[in-house]
Amino acid sequence: MDRVGIVGASLAGLNAALELRRQGFAGHLTIIGDEPRLPYDRPPISKELLRGEWPVEQADLAFDKAALDADWRLGVRAEGLDAAERRLTLSHGVREQFDGLVIATGAAPRRLPGSALRGVHVLRTLDDMLSLRADLRETRERVAIIGGGFIGQEIAASCVKLGIETVLIEAVAPSQHVVGSRIAHVLARMHEKRGVRVRLGCAVAALEGGDRVSSVRLGDGAEIAASVVVVGVGVTPNVGWLENSGLTIDNGVVCDETCLAAPGIVAAGDVARWPNPRYGVSRRVEHWDNAVRQGIHAARRLLARPGDEAERTPYRPTPWFWSDQYGLKLQLVGTAHNADEVRIVSGSEEEERFVALYRRGDRLIGAFGLSSAGKIARYRRILEGEAFWDDVVSPMA
Amino acid sequence: MKINVNWSLCDGNGVCAAEAPKIFDLDDDDNLILLQELIGPDLLDQAERAVRVCPKRALRLDP
Repeated sequence: MDRVGIVGASLAGLNAALELRRQGFAGHLTIIGDEPRLPYDRPPISKELLRGEWPVEQADLAFDKAALDADWRLGVRAEGLDAAERRLTLSHGVREQFDGLVIATGAAPRRLPGSALRGVHVLRTLDDMLSLRADLRETRERVAIIGGGFIGQEIAASCVKLGIETVLIEAVAPSQHVVGSRIAHVLARMHEKRGVRVRLGCAVAALEGGDRVSSVRLGDGAEIAASVVVVGVGVTPNVGWLENSGLTIDNGVVCDETCLAAPGIVAAGDVARWPNPRYGVSRRVEHWDNAVRQGIHAARRLLARPGDEAERTPYRPTPWFWSDQYGLKLQLVGTAHNADEVRIVSGSEEEERFVALYRRGDRLIGAFGLSSAGKIARYRRILEGEAFWDDVVSPMA
Repeated sequence: MKINVNWSLCDGNGVCAAEAPKIFDLDDDDNLILLQELIGPDLLDQAERAVRVCPKRALRLDP
């Protein structure tokens, strides 16, 4: 393999690139990114950067650029792919052929009708952040956040810290599909305690305004005045450019257990959908931790020669994510999906420090921690293996 | 090799403690404890993994 192309210059793409070199790949390495800048870290966007506490450069991902020796194509879009030939079409119709490709194009925020009004934002890139930050500084009136996922919650926490009146509008309860109903309601109370107006079970009917947004109209007719609206209602994988590529596209780039999408083509990060053998269902995982690990795994898979162990090593991570809000640390390891029981085994909601465990059948499937990082680290190790509920709950409770 | 912790960046997420429990631990207040600074060949793999998955990029492995 002499020429490898990486499409996507963010966390997954960078980690794939670093791993290719680490594994001894000495050929030509091209990294294509549609943003006109070197890879940066996204978690600070909704926190330190939005609040103006960090200079933008502090989010740059640190790596040895000279040692990586890559041909960077920044501000360049991939427009198309012929998977059988591994030939990319880039901006302006430039075509380039590779021996191996890593697809790491990430995902883009969903938008709502009315998003074109001034004052309506999404938050994914540094440019999104700069635009939202400027608007928040100028208006400093009420901000309405639509969508109580982790990005919406983090923005709410940042707005509170900036002293801006904040309304959080959520269709069910904050991050309910990720952490389950019980913990989602704990999170709702965490925000309310700090002055956020939390509107649960609310569908958004429309964004109202003339030139600039003035209010959010809810499904029940209620109208919430707001001079700034942030829409955080999930993301869709960036796969539009892969139509007619010959790859299987279905809510992401469909891969096998090893992250292989087609001969000589792997995918990693938010855009990759693969069946984690731990769970048996094909999913995408939109976490920071997954972008790093899957980038590394995909690079090894790409370099595997016939008969190598890496050719059949499945990517089977135990998902983990964290979120920082109000100085509290939220972490989930494993999954809360389809849990039969949720049990708080240490601490309590009142002290805003606890661990909740999720059971499905006779298994421990996940652990949520609020300001309990040490305990979550231990549950993470338990969840790497076969974790029986009875073995875990009695001795550690 | 030597583990170098940038204590002003470390936020006590504990990913390193899950990845390399012989090198890192957290105390009861979730502050990082470095159990050993000098990393022998047997723990090098773990240490490298921990460096790469630190969400605050607070770890470095120096010769």
